[in-house]
Amino acid sequence: MIRISMDLELKDVPGQLVSVLRPISEKGGNIVSVVHHRDKKTPTGAIPVQITFEIEEKKVKEVLKELEAHGIRIVRAGEDRLRETTSVILVGHVVHTDIRDTIDAIDKTGFAEVIDLSLKMPGVEKPSAAFMTISATSEEGLRKALQILREISERKNLLLIEPVRWL
Amino acid sequence: MKLRFTIVGFGSVGQGVAEVLERKKDELEKMGFDFEVVGIADSSSSFIDENGVNLVEAIKRKRETGTVGKEEITAIEMIKEIPHDIMIEVTPTNVESGEPGLSHILTAFENGRHVVTSNKGPLALHFRKLVSLAKEKGLHFRYEACVGGAMPVINLTKELLAGNEIKGIVGIFNGTCNYILTRMASEQLPYEHVLSEAQELGIAEMDPSYDVEGIDTALKLTILANTIFDLNISFKDVNRKGITEINPEALILAQEHGYTIKLVGYVLKNGDKIDIGVSPMLVPLGHPLSVGGTLNAAAIYTDLASEITITGKGAGSLETASAILSDLISIARSLRVEK
Ligand SMILES: NC(=O)c1ccc[n+]([C@@H]2O[C@H](COP(=O)([O-])OP(=O)(O)OC[C@H]3O[C@@H](n4cnc5c(N)ncnc54)[C@H](OP(=O)(O)O)[C@@H]3O)[C@@H](O)[C@H]2O)c1
Repeated sequence: MIRISMDLELKDVPGQLVSVLRPISEKGGNIVSVVHHRDKKTPTGAIPVQITFEIEEKKVKEVLKELEAHGIRIVRAGEDRLRETTSVILVGHVVHTDIRDTIDAIDKTGFAEVIDLSLKMPGVEKPSAAFMTISATSEEGLRKALQILREISERKNLLLIEPVRWL
Repeated sequence: MKLRFTIVGFGSVGQGVAEVLERKKDELEKMGFDFEVVGIADSSSSFIDENGVNLVEAIKRKRETGTVGKEEITAIEMIKEIPHDIMIEVTPTNVESGEPGLSHILTAFENGRHVVTSNKGPLALHFRKLVSLAKEKGLHFRYEACVGGAMPVINLTKELLAGNEIKGIVGIFNGTCNYILTRMASEQLPYEHVLSEAQELGIAEMDPSYDVEGIDTALKLTILANTIFDLNISFKDVNRKGITEINPEALILAQEHGYTIKLVGYVLKNGDKIDIGVSPMLVPLGHPLSVGGTLNAAAIYTDLASEITITGKGAGSLETASAILSDLISIARSLRVEK
């Protein structure tokens, strides 16, 4: 199973959504979420809809074909690779210790990426802080990415503030 | 039922215990208990009266003269020689040797006294030794006040949640650190500034390292982990990071993203492994653990009751005495049943 997310444009008439959902479930897909953006109607009066579903990889093409056959406009469709997300804060000489290298170490794993970074730098010689959001393809990947960050922080003498651990 | 106590150590907690015993005399009587303190010792003196020490007078004398009594008999001699049932050990926590508390507790057990303590040192260094000795001698040994002050975390987990499998505990166990982080976040002030302020208010010690480096949290976590998971770890085995490197920028970033930073102690069962540590961590704003000021909090994870969170004052003379009193009453109740 892979997870697909699609941006569609549906006409504002009854039955439109069903004609999208039916082919997905008929092919054994599992709908994860449906979001209507009624406030963002297109100039032609269509409603942008975001659909996320899980399905066997080999069925994806069939679903897309079916939707097109129903005249549904697919703006974007793609695999949702990065599903698990977490955030950490790094404190210390985050920039001076080569932040690019820190990010690369995560990105080059192939299973995790730094998807957001905010920095606060109080003064030239003072320790700064970075809020970093990491996404990974699985929970396991996220755990590994955190472990890489722990090792880097140790080596670069940074304080790593992780999300509190739950059960 | 009549029970005789000695109080060893007569500082903030010792005096709190005396005050509480005096204040609750009538309630205790209604419960059928006659608690009598027959001896009090501080570092250089003792006050002994086998017919019952006048607690009001003892507190007054300690506050006025700095010593509790005139007798030269030491704490150890008192524990050995004055007949009593329960020794209340409330001397300072020593994380190197556990002394003088360790010798006090061992002596009490050797002489057939039950023990109630708030002293973390002996338990965080020699947990198994003390617990086994008490068991071997058929004596009660309770130490609720060691972890979380007024928050009844040990007795809640051990007794009220009996039958549940405890999967882990995550909490905030140091009021000083929590105060500092809360103020830094709300006022956007640097660590050093807030630390001085806390020292002026008497919330932080002049030498704050014991609190801010996470030692105190590690001690409490060690005692908790040993108690709940039947381990024998020393606090020196606990990975620990303190709060001294946290800057206001980190707290602002956390807040902007819906989090706050807390010094968290965690002990989680992970299959056969125990994951234990002390570290500043991101706690989502609005989560039950995101308590402010000097408050402590603990989230207990269980298989049946799911998650239970308690919060309360982690220190203070009467707050700590509250935990000690409940331990005394528990022992008294069991002794009544055993009789
Ligand atoms: N304060 C709290 O809120 C709190 C909360 C939880 C746990 N605890 C723990 O409870 C214990 C007591 O704390 P505290 O705040 O009451 O400390 P404290 O105010 O410093 O009092 C300690 C007392 O122990 C006495 N003492 C020292 N060495 C002694 C010895 N060899 N023999 C007999 N007495 C001796 C001291 O005597 P002098 O008066 O002659 O110096 C003093 O009366 C500590 O282990 C602490 O970690 C405290």
